[in-house]
Amino acid sequence: MVERILAEPLLQTENLAKRFGGIVATDDVALSITAGELHAVIGPNGAGKTTLIAQLSGQLIPDAGRIRFAGHDISALPMHKRSRLGLARSFQITSLFLDLSVLDNVALAVQAHAGHSFHFWRNARLEAGLREPARAALARVGLSAREQLPASALSHGEHRQLELAMALAGNPRMLLLDEPMAGLGPEESARMVEMLRALKKELTILLVEHDMEAVFALADRITVLVYGRVIAAGAPADIRANAQVRDAYLGEAEAAYG
Amino acid sequence: MSGQLTLRNMVAVALLAALALLPLYSHLTHNIFLLTLFTRIVILAMAAVSLNLILGFGGMMSFGHAAYLGIGGYAVGILAFEGVRSGFVQWPAALAASALFALVIGALSLRTRGVYFIMITLAFAQMAYYIIAGLARYGGDDGLTIQSRSQFVAPLNLSDKVQFYYLCLALLFGSLYLVWRLVNSRFGLVIQGARSNDTRMRAIGFPTYRYKLVCFVIAGTLCGLAGALLANHTDFVSPAMMYWTRSGDLIIMVVLGGMGSVVGPVFGAVALLVLEEVLSGITEYWQIILGPLLLLVVLFARGGIDGLLGKVRHG
Repeated sequence: MVERILAEPLLQTENLAKRFGGIVATDDVALSITAGELHAVIGPNGAGKTTLIAQLSGQLIPDAGRIRFAGHDISALPMHKRSRLGLARSFQITSLFLDLSVLDNVALAVQAHAGHSFHFWRNARLEAGLREPARAALARVGLSAREQLPASALSHGEHRQLELAMALAGNPRMLLLDEPMAGLGPEESARMVEMLRALKKELTILLVEHDMEAVFALADRITVLVYGRVIAAGAPADIRANAQVRDAYLGEAEAAYG
Repeated sequence: MSGQLTLRNMVAVALLAALALLPLYSHLTHNIFLLTLFTRIVILAMAAVSLNLILGFGGMMSFGHAAYLGIGGYAVGILAFEGVRSGFVQWPAALAASALFALVIGALSLRTRGVYFIMITLAFAQMAYYIIAGLARYGGDDGLTIQSRSQFVAPLNLSDKVQFYYLCLALLFGSLYLVWRLVNSRFGLVIQGARSNDTRMRAIGFPTYRYKLVCFVIAGTLCGLAGALLANHTDFVSPAMMYWTRSGDLIIMVVLGGMGSVVGPVFGAVALLVLEEVLSGITEYWQIILGPLLLLVVLFARGGIDGLLGKVRHG
């Protein structure tokens, strides 16, 4: 019984499919992510990685297939309910509250998990129950010194850090990270890899990323998507050795990056 | 309103103090007209404060806010016409009717965004306008004269101009305090988060629709109260008080004063209505002067008068 619970994946999808008109964005995708692992999803541009994350987070409802998370069938749940179950998402295109302060950004993420917000009178900016966890999340990503600035005043790298702090603020069980390295310089990327390395000890992470160096440095397992289909899944070493993957993706990537 | 001694706060306090002392000045100078003008300004400032809650803090560009002025006003007017003169009945009726209207309009229009939201709120407000203009029993297009102002218990007497002015002013201060508490509460942060990035709010777990709807209803109700005051002030209600250009005036007050600042709409209402009064004394083509002035504010002072007085606040 205990083994069965342990063995049950935290997140699992079956036959997941999404079409936009004639374009198949995800096709019959089966994923299985065990609690505690960092699972990377890679694939060439247009492979359906972002669509997959959108379906997992509830931003898009799949045309077919099922998603299970922590023992619940979440296929039809709206975004906010998935988020409350502990499935947090960060965005590929940074999506912050630019006109609010850095601390307000994270405090809102804390508030989202602190019951309903129909509290009309007390000053929420003075509530320790919201501010302290927010400050703790900012400290985890190294943004404590910037908390009073409007989010619009931060650099691109700092936006990524803030994005991560917001995802962490609700103490999620699992993080869906959509290209956290996108647009970062080498130094900022290295810092992000270190941060994710520390986080993977505490949470389950699904990482969609183009930066192969980061993926192979961090991932416990990798799933490769091409044209919306899973063509391979396994340990990083197996993926690196897989001929089909090399043909479809890594060769192209090496040609592009090399 | 943040407790610091900034230019902006000093001007706000000075303006509110001047409003409080105005009846004294009007008495000493025997200028009754001034008191009448400022009663109107205070009432419309309250309507603008309520609009600012959804427009400035919530980012909901409602183009039908004057509908609540009309609904609140007609609740008082119709009840008075039917012989119910007690303010304890009229005013709750004005609030309830506005709240209900806001609930229905909000529930439908908040499902849309951007231009559609603007158009749908405008359409509903115009619908209400034509319905009221069609009520032949209550004067239709010509409006309805109110024979006696809302009756409360002594010593409160709304027919006393000074008393009525102070009642309006107290309700304006109350509205400002209410909005200030609201926007700094958890509820207020959700509203501002939804203005800033609605998709993200939903992604982190807020069902924003219901929060925006509650905000929309609060704003509509508050404006309905302003409508009840306006009906008492003019002793008359007509469909004109809810025509779409009046909604436009309220938006101008908010933008001119400073969107998303608690006292901004009061600056805006005083500036717009005083300017209107002064300019129309100079020339009957006063709008030719007012138009470009507004254009300058929109182009060069995005935070409105409030923004000119200090840094634009973040939240």
